[in-house]
Formats: sequence, C-alpha cells, structure tokens
Amino acid sequence: MTSTATTTLDARSFDLVALGLVAVLALHAPHLPWWLSATLAPILCLRWWQRRHRRARTPVWLKLPLLAALLLAIVSWYGSLFGQAPGAALAVGLLVMKLLETESVRDARVGMSFACFTLMAALLFDQSLTATTTVALGLLPPLAALRSLEPGRRPPAAWWRELLPGLGLLAAALPLALLAFLLLPRLNSPLWGAPNTGEQRTGLSDRMTPAGFTQLLVDDSPALRVSFDGPPPPPGQRYFRAFVMSHYDGSSWTYRDVANQPPVPVEAGQTIRYHVSLEPTRQRVLPTLDVPLAAPPGANLRRDRVVIADKPVDSLRDYTLDSAIRYRLEPQLGQRSARWLQLPAGFNPRTLALGRSWRARYGNDDDAIVQAALALFHDGGFRYTLTPAPLGRDAMDDFLFDTHEGFCEHYSSAFTVLMRAAGIPARVVTGYQGGYWNAMGHYLLVRNSDAHAWGEVWLAGRGWVRVDPTAAVRPQRISLGAAAAVPGQLPWYQSGWLQSLRNHWDIVNRWWNLSVNGFDALRQRGLLKPFGIREADTSKLVLLLAIGCALCMAAGLAWVWRRREPEDAARAALRQLERKLARLGVARRPGEGPRDYLQRAAHALPAQRDRLTELMHRYLELRYARPGPTTESLRALRRAVRDFPVVRMVK
Amino acid sequence: MRAVLRRFAERAERRLPALTRLRQPEPLPIELGRRRIYILPTAFGLGFGVLLLVMLVGALNYANNAALPLTCMLGSAAAASMLLAFRALDGLCLRSIRAGHAIAGEPLELVLDFAASRPREAVRLDCAGESLAFALQGSAELRLRLATTRRGWQPLPRLRLWSTWPLGLFRAWSWLHPQHSVLVWPRPESAGPPPLLPGDARERLRPQAGEELAALRDYRRGDAPRHIAWKASARHHDLLVKDFERPEPRETWHLDWHALRTLDREARIARLARWLGEAEAQGRRYSLQLPNERIDVGSGPSHYARCMSALAVLP
Repeated sequence: MTSTATTTLDARSFDLVALGLVAVLALHAPHLPWWLSATLAPILCLRWWQRRHRRARTPVWLKLPLLAALLLAIVSWYGSLFGQAPGAALAVGLLVMKLLETESVRDARVGMSFACFTLMAALLFDQSLTATTTVALGLLPPLAALRSLEPGRRPPAAWWRELLPGLGLLAAALPLALLAFLLLPRLNSPLWGAPNTGEQRTGLSDRMTPAGFTQLLVDDSPALRVSFDGPPPPPGQRYFRAFVMSHYDGSSWTYRDVANQPPVPVEAGQTIRYHVSLEPTRQRVLPTLDVPLAAPPGANLRRDRVVIADKPVDSLRDYTLDSAIRYRLEPQLGQRSARWLQLPAGFNPRTLALGRSWRARYGNDDDAIVQAALALFHDGGFRYTLTPAPLGRDAMDDFLFDTHEGFCEHYSSAFTVLMRAAGIPARVVTGYQGGYWNAMGHYLLVRNSDAHAWGEVWLAGRGWVRVDPTAAVRPQRISLGAAAAVPGQLPWYQSGWLQSLRNHWDIVNRWWNLSVNGFDALRQRGLLKPFGIREADTSKLVLLLAIGCALCMAAGLAWVWRRREPEDAARAALRQLERKLARLGVARRPGEGPRDYLQRAAHALPAQRDRLTELMHRYLELRYARPGPTTESLRALRRAVRDFPVVRMVK
Repeated sequence: MRAVLRRFAERAERRLPALTRLRQPEPLPIELGRRRIYILPTAFGLGFGVLLLVMLVGALNYANNAALPLTCMLGSAAAASMLLAFRALDGLCLRSIRAGHAIAGEPLELVLDFAASRPREAVRLDCAGESLAFALQGSAELRLRLATTRRGWQPLPRLRLWSTWPLGLFRAWSWLHPQHSVLVWPRPESAGPPPLLPGDARERLRPQAGEELAALRDYRRGDAPRHIAWKASARHHDLLVKDFERPEPRETWHLDWHALRTLDREARIARLARWLGEAEAQGRRYSLQLPNERIDVGSGPSHYARCMSALAVLP
C-alpha cells in the first residue's frame, strides 16, 4: 500500500491534475493581480508541456528561485503574507509550484485536496450564484484527478468523460449538503477576525474629487437592490442619498461625520416605504431614497439625515426605511448658514466673480440665479463625458471657462461653488441615481455605475431643494441612466442587448442573495416555525441534523445493500401463477416444491386440473429438462400463465 | 513500529477470530457480503477530513453562505465515496482456483476466477506480498505467483481483497481464506547417477553396429536440415536425405523406491524426481514403484504429473 503512493503518475492523471489547477487559477484570476495570473498561467502550461512531451522533471535550481520570487512578489505587492487577498494569492501560487514537483500519486493527492480548499477560498471574494456554481463545477477536475489515481480502473477514452462520475457524486451528495446547510448551527460571533477590510473596493467615498468617480462609473456590479411598498417612484425621482458634503478645499468635497447631533427637522409631504438590500461596501454609510424619516436598527441618523451604520457593511445588509419624497428639509436654516457658504480663499477667482455678478444682476431672486447657472450649463457648450481633460489648480475656473467637459462630479461641484459665490447656501450630495426596474422581480437594481453627484440649494420657504446640473447638460443621464448618457464610452458589456440581458438575469442573483446569502443565524432560528417550533436553538438544530444525517446514511446503505438478482423468467412466471392461485385460495406453503404445489392446486381446483397439470409439466421441463430454456417454450409458459383464469367458480 | 503493529494484529487475530475472520478456511465459492467487508478511512482520507473541517469552520466563521453548502457537498460526497468503496467489493465472488505445477522453490502459478454481476473497477488483491489491481466485467481471471518452499500439500495463504475506489479516501477490505491447497512437487537433485538397470538391458543399450548410413531417400517435410546429403543432392533433381538405421526404442525405466536403500528419504525422493524428469525429457517409458503405490509403465505429461504428485505426497 505504501508503494502505491509513490507510483509515478500516468499521463491521464497528470492532465487532470493540471486541469484542476487551471480551474483554480481561472476562478481566482478576477481578484489576483493581473501580473500574477499572467505569470502563473504560462508556468502551468510549460510544466504540463514539459512533463507530457519531454517526460522531464523540474530541476531544483529552478523550483527554489521561483518559490522565493513568488513569496517576494506577494509580500511586496500586498505588504504581508496574511489576510484574505495575499493568502489567496499565496495559495494559488503555491499550488502552481506544487505542479512543478508533482510526480507521484501522493503529490497529486496533496495537490488536489488543497485545490479543493483553494477553490472554496475563491468564494470569499464573490458569493454570487454564478461564482458558487462555477466553483462547484471547478471541483470536478480535482475529483476526477483523485479518481484517476486508483490503479486497476477502466479509463474512458475521452478525457472529459472522467469528469462525469464526479458530477454524479456531487449530485448524490446534494440532499445531505442542503440539509447540512439549513441545519448547521451558525456562529453568533466569528471565532476570529472578520475578513480583513483592508481591501479597497470601489464605492462611494466620503470625499469627492473631480474625476474621482471614473472608476466607479465603469463598475457595473450591483450596489443595491430596492423594492417598494406600492408603486416605484418615477425614474426622475430615484435619487439615493449617501453623503451630504459641506466642506470644499479647492480640490475636493468632504463629508464631516459628526455624531450626537439631532437630525434637522423635515416636513414630510409624501412618504414611501421601501426595502434595501445593500451589497458589501466596507463602509458605514447606508444609501437612502431622498430624505429618510428614521434610521433602521443598528444605524444612526446624522444631522443632515445621512444614515451611518454602527459597523462597516462587510456582508449583504438588508434594511427597511420610510422616506419623504415630497418634503421641506430644514425650513429654518438658523445660525449655521455660514457653513453652507464656505469657500476656500484664493481659489477659482473667475468662478467667484461670475457668481457675484449673478447676485448683482438678479438681486434677491435666488431662484433666478439657480436658473442662470442651469442655463449656463445647458447653453454654454458643455459636454458630458467620462474622460474629461485634466484640470489645474483652479479646477472650477478651468472647467467652466476652458475645458467645458466633465461628468456629474464636475457639474455638481461647479454649480455649488457658483451658488456659494452668489451667497446661496449650497452643498454637494453624492449617492446613486436611476437604476433598472426589474418588472418580473418588482425591484430596482442599482449598480455602482449609477453613482451620481448633484447639488442642493437652500431657498427661503422651501428648505433644501435638489438641483441636478447634470440634467441640464444631458437629460438622458437622469431619465435613462448612466449607460445612455455616454454612448460608446462604456465597456462593451455595459451596452446594448447584453446589458439588458444582464439586468434581467439579476433577478436570479437577487433570489440567491435573499434565500442563500441572507440565510443567517436569525433566519435559521425561525426555520422551524412552520413546524410549530418557535425558536430553533442550537441543540434542536444539531438533533435534527443528526437525524437527517442518519436518514441519509440509511438511504445510502439501503441503496448499497440492495442486491438485484438477475430475474429468472420461468420463476417469474411461476410466481405470477402463485399469486393467481393464492387469490383462488391455494397459497404455496413454505418449503413446498413447485411440483407438489401444483399437484395440490390441481386437486383443490378440479375445474382447472388439466391446465394446471400442463403448466406443471411445462415448468418442470423448462426448469430441469434442458440446460438452457428455449425462448418459445418460455413464451408458451408465460402465455399459459397469463391466460389462467382467476374467476372464482360458483359452487 | 511496523513490527509492533504486526504483533498487535496477530494478537488481535488470535483473540478475536470472529471479528477479524482470519481463522476459518472456507470452501469455494466465496462471495463477499456486508458481514465481511470492513471499511476504514485511509491516511489520505483522514487528512482530507481535517481539510474539510478547516473549510467548514472557515465558512461558518466568515458566515460565507456560498462556501458552506459547497463544503457540505464535498463532505457528503466524501461520505458517499465510502459507500462506493463498499460497493466495489460487495457481491464479488471468488468462484474457483486453479493451480499449476511447480517444484519446490519455484513459484507456482495460481489462477483465481472472480465473478460479479455488476462491473467493478480498481479492486486490488494482496496475496503473500504480491499485489494486483484489476477491473472486472462479468468475470476475471487473475494470475498470481505463489512462492513455494517444500514439497507436499501447501495451503493457500490468506488473500486480501481491497479497494480505495473511487477517491482513495476510504479503504474497504475483506479477507478470503479459501479452503484450498496446492500440491508442490519435490525438487529433483541437481546431479547424480543414472538408474541401475538389469544386465541384459544394459547390454542392449550399447550402441549397435550398423547404426551407420543406410541409404539415401527423398526429402520429406519435417526432416532435420543436418540430415540432408548436400553433396548427393547437388547431383540430383530433388533433395536427398541420409536415412539412418532406425535406432532401437529407448529402454524402459522401472524406477523403484526400494532400489535406493542407501539414501535417506528426501534424497531418495529427489533422485527419483530427477530420473522421472530425465525419462520424460528423453521420451522413455517408465514406471514408478513407491512403498505403498505402483504406477505402471507409461509416458507423457499426465503420466509424469501423476508420478511427481505421488512423490510429492509421500509422507
């Protein structure tokens, strides 16, 4: 037995091992640094080619430096070997290195079991239905490789047929897996640190610089999914606020988080109730539709009605909110108006002069000043583009008077600076706008590419009023969404029919998020409510799980212990006859031979004596007279049995 | 370490024959059933289990609801592979054993005939240090070489059928102890005198005059090339062959146990075995007289086998 572990691998096994590693690399490639994937893939291919076509081993002087280079590269790129992303990169790298020294059955076994482990680690980065299914399929090559290591099997001619038994095995394992998924008690608090948050995701941040959104606007992963009680608001009203930014330093707008201040008053005209399911952002802000009336549990309403959660959103988060969509926000500005007029000194002189000139021209008519600004954006030759020209120190001057091109950040920033210069309290709000209404699932899908920035001005008697200067430049951005605003500037997969297909497909992702990813300790406790158990605590779950496992095992054993005897046709015919005779009252006794039995039956049923005697002779002849029964005599016996009448004789 | 384990196993065998099923030889055919198939995880299986546990704890810790069902699925698949390992052996039947002939000290070829209703893969057979892996569809004949040491009946050693099919995580095994013995022939001595023959026989065996070239005749298919008279053939149309006087048939050997009084028992047997072999090789007819048995004159492989077997079973 020890000798089998050191046997050298045959070609087919080595192919399957390499295929398993290809699956691992492919599944990790989306979050590995591109240079690492680009280095590991050729190494893998070369090694495969080397062993398959040269039958050579990799020399030690090549293996050791490669290993050192891998460690060095990972440490210098991530700064450490520990943590989720460097750990995954290290695991993938080491696995590919393992292939370099894979020669024996034992190497292959070690490599393939760690390949399974690494495949699971890919799910730390993406938990969507697609990712989960792909990882499940990725398990097939390792399983096939393990299977191919057994000596004395019949390898199929086509290599892909090796994968099918693994599929069958996983399918057979599905019931028990589902049971375990439902019943395995979840941990109330993690045993060790939550997945590290160092990894920066593109997402809304509490700081806005012109052109800082560009990354975000081409990232079309889902940001949130919203369902409404009642009809959804029209597209032009779908503004989701995240940050309210008050402070401008000449280059960027920032949100200052101040706790322990009561939220400003709001007079709500029309409210709407909705449920948000927020994808992990690693941030604390919870986007809300317009002005929220209260914060959800586990979060706080800040002064400017920004909702800040107590902990960063590291996993899918669901919350329900009431928001006002017709409102008067902060009707009295009070003492704090200076804060909304702040401008850095010594920046953007031409912009400030323009603002002041508007004030001089329109006097106290704030509304007219706002309209003047919008008219400037609309008629001043401005262009909406995701790739604007870079701006200098006086960014707003450059934008307004020279380049004339930009996207929402530029417009909202310039608008707010102009308003403040004219003496109107103004601020920048960032968040999401638009989204795709999935009519089948009745929910709104908001992607990261729907990130948006707009302005708010405070007008006497009306409170804070939303003004979206981007709408003045390109109304399609608001009515049709981000993709419609910049035709030809987005990646190919974000445009046209493909995007619409992906929008429709998202309903599956939402279902997956709700039913699988959202299945937490809380939902688990309520799992048994339909069966009358109010609170399924750990002991009950474990008991149920044990019972379930025992039942599955019993089913498996029943399947395994079942013996299928090759049915003998003559005996089957006799058995049928026995059943018929039993209905007539002549049952076969245990230990009674067919001859005795049929003679007894012939005695008991004198009306059928001839038939029974003939049947007995036929059977005995079939059974004992010839070595192999002929088909015609068998058929005759069957026919005679079938025609045997069971109508009870009237005595 | 290994020695300690083996001693422990032997002790367990002695103490718990019912559990280990190592004791009782059984008549053929032997069919494997659930009462005699044992399963334990292999070392690799234990390692894989630890890895699964790590994955499970990781998935639970990170509340990763995508990795959790997949880990459970992999775990259940591993458990299901235990059933498949069992199924690889269950219902397998050792129908018959055929043994070849071998003299002591040389390996003896055994042919084991296995049958099963379902096709099997990756079943392995261990027998006295030799290991075979085979797949089976309907039936399969396995050839094993069994080492022999001394003449006589030799019981078959225990056979172990085992399988780690399909993933190598679990090993299912079953011991077979067929009630079957093989007969090992005595080893002939390497050199020694020819059998002592009666005087007149010796006379007749002397080379006869006239065993010279008698005539030339036409070539017939099957004639040895060295008998062809090349020179004579060159002058003729056809090949000519030298025809010798047909030699007298070789003397019949009457081999007698009692004629070798001076030797001890095993030496007598070894000498008789050598004479039997020589007689068979020279195409003689021979008979064999043993203390309690007489085998009449005969020749040919079956006669030889009968004589050797009779020698082998001598007390």
